[in-house]
Amino acid sequence: MIRIGVLAVQGAFIEHENIIKELGADCAELRQKEDIEDIDGLILPGGESTVQGKLLNELGMMQPLREKIESGLPVLATCAGVILLSRNIVNDNNRYLATLPVTVRRNAYGRQLGSFRTRAPLEGFGDFEMTFIRAPYIERAEEGVAVLGRVDGKITAARYKNQLGLTFHPELGNDNRVHKYFLDMIANPA
Amino acid sequence: MADTRYELNKGLAQMLKGGVIMDVTTPEQAEIAQEAGACAVMALERIPADIRAAGGVSRMSDPKMIRGIQEAVSIPVMAKCRIGHFVEAQILEAIEIDYIDESEVLSPADDIYHIDKRKFKVPFVCGARDLGEALRRINEGASMIRTKGEPGTGDVIQAVRHMRKMNSQIAKVVSMREDELYEEAKTLQVPYELVAYVHENGKLPVVNFAAGGVATPADAALMMQLGAEGVFVGSGIFKSGDPKKRAAAIVKSVTNYNDAKLIAELSEDLGEAMVGINEQEIKLIMEERGI
Repeated sequence: MIRIGVLAVQGAFIEHENIIKELGADCAELRQKEDIEDIDGLILPGGESTVQGKLLNELGMMQPLREKIESGLPVLATCAGVILLSRNIVNDNNRYLATLPVTVRRNAYGRQLGSFRTRAPLEGFGDFEMTFIRAPYIERAEEGVAVLGRVDGKITAARYKNQLGLTFHPELGNDNRVHKYFLDMIANPA
Repeated sequence: MADTRYELNKGLAQMLKGGVIMDVTTPEQAEIAQEAGACAVMALERIPADIRAAGGVSRMSDPKMIRGIQEAVSIPVMAKCRIGHFVEAQILEAIEIDYIDESEVLSPADDIYHIDKRKFKVPFVCGARDLGEALRRINEGASMIRTKGEPGTGDVIQAVRHMRKMNSQIAKVVSMREDELYEEAKTLQVPYELVAYVHENGKLPVVNFAAGGVATPADAALMMQLGAEGVFVGSGIFKSGDPKKRAAAIVKSVTNYNDAKLIAELSEDLGEAMVGINEQEIKLIMEERGI
């Protein structure tokens, strides 16, 4: 059975686990570096990137996860997860996993009053309901990154090899197609 | 549209789960809290322990002070308004606060009515001692619940009591026959639909944090093991000997709340904890405000 490691140091990780289990795969909560073993995929959930990033460093998880991703472990990152993955962050001096060659802007839509939900095209899925909560967007994608979705001209979904980054929250709706796609990425590596 | 806004507001609370929300009174403290790993900060002029000490009427903080904290950090900023004081809430919405805490820590402005939180775009968190209070606040539009505990005491007993009571009442509702839910709704003084939700899902329809009296990494882990989805720490941090270290330790303790060995390490050399007031010594019972 496919086993997905869900980063569980802070944030909305249970929502991802529920969907993954519903789709018939297994989940492991990653809270310490010892937990990062025997996983076929990795989910970086929404939450606060500063908290998650700090805990990744202090719990000794940053380097092992980075190595796994660089050696091809499939990753699905949502919202704060994209910030952890991004090589560059416009308005933050911190760098975290930095494996996805894009530049993001944190809290790009402002405070909570700027949070919104919309339907927009997502490549391969048609119209998709996207929930943005104090979300970032991708300002620039380097060569080789496939842009899968935009809202108001800003990149909200991108894939680079084994890494899939979404600045919205597919785990908050009733649509599990993104998670299915992710499990397919694992079952059928490109 | 209104429904979407409520979903977004519940969603923000979901993103805070597994995290620690810290009371701060200055931009410097806010930075320390963010640096230590707070997932949000609560901006207020005086922390609950000092509100207790000072006595008198306690109100919403100066918007300028709150704005200073908003500018200092990138994590969500919350602020408190008095129970029933919808104009203080309007002011907090006007300065684009990320979450309003309609809080029993401040002096209540209304002894009957809570704020009609459905009228606002900005989300609200409210305190609750039991399932009835929680569902009443949710019915009024709260998108996040926290235990009331007894703020500013450093004594975790009330938070524990409230969390246990909530859990046992939820378990009771889950075990009921469907035809008993109508009567339960009447007893709890809440709409049937909310009771039915609890019956089906075995949880509140919104995120539930622990608050009030959490002072140590062990307190925080205790509340997590009892089922809290995250923790508010008020006076416990900046009333202690080494706020930076204690704050960081509480954050890690919440992440790994089942790892006693790690919590043992985290509990070492934290300096003095806030002195605290025992339950029997409290003169002002804040938890009885706004039920």
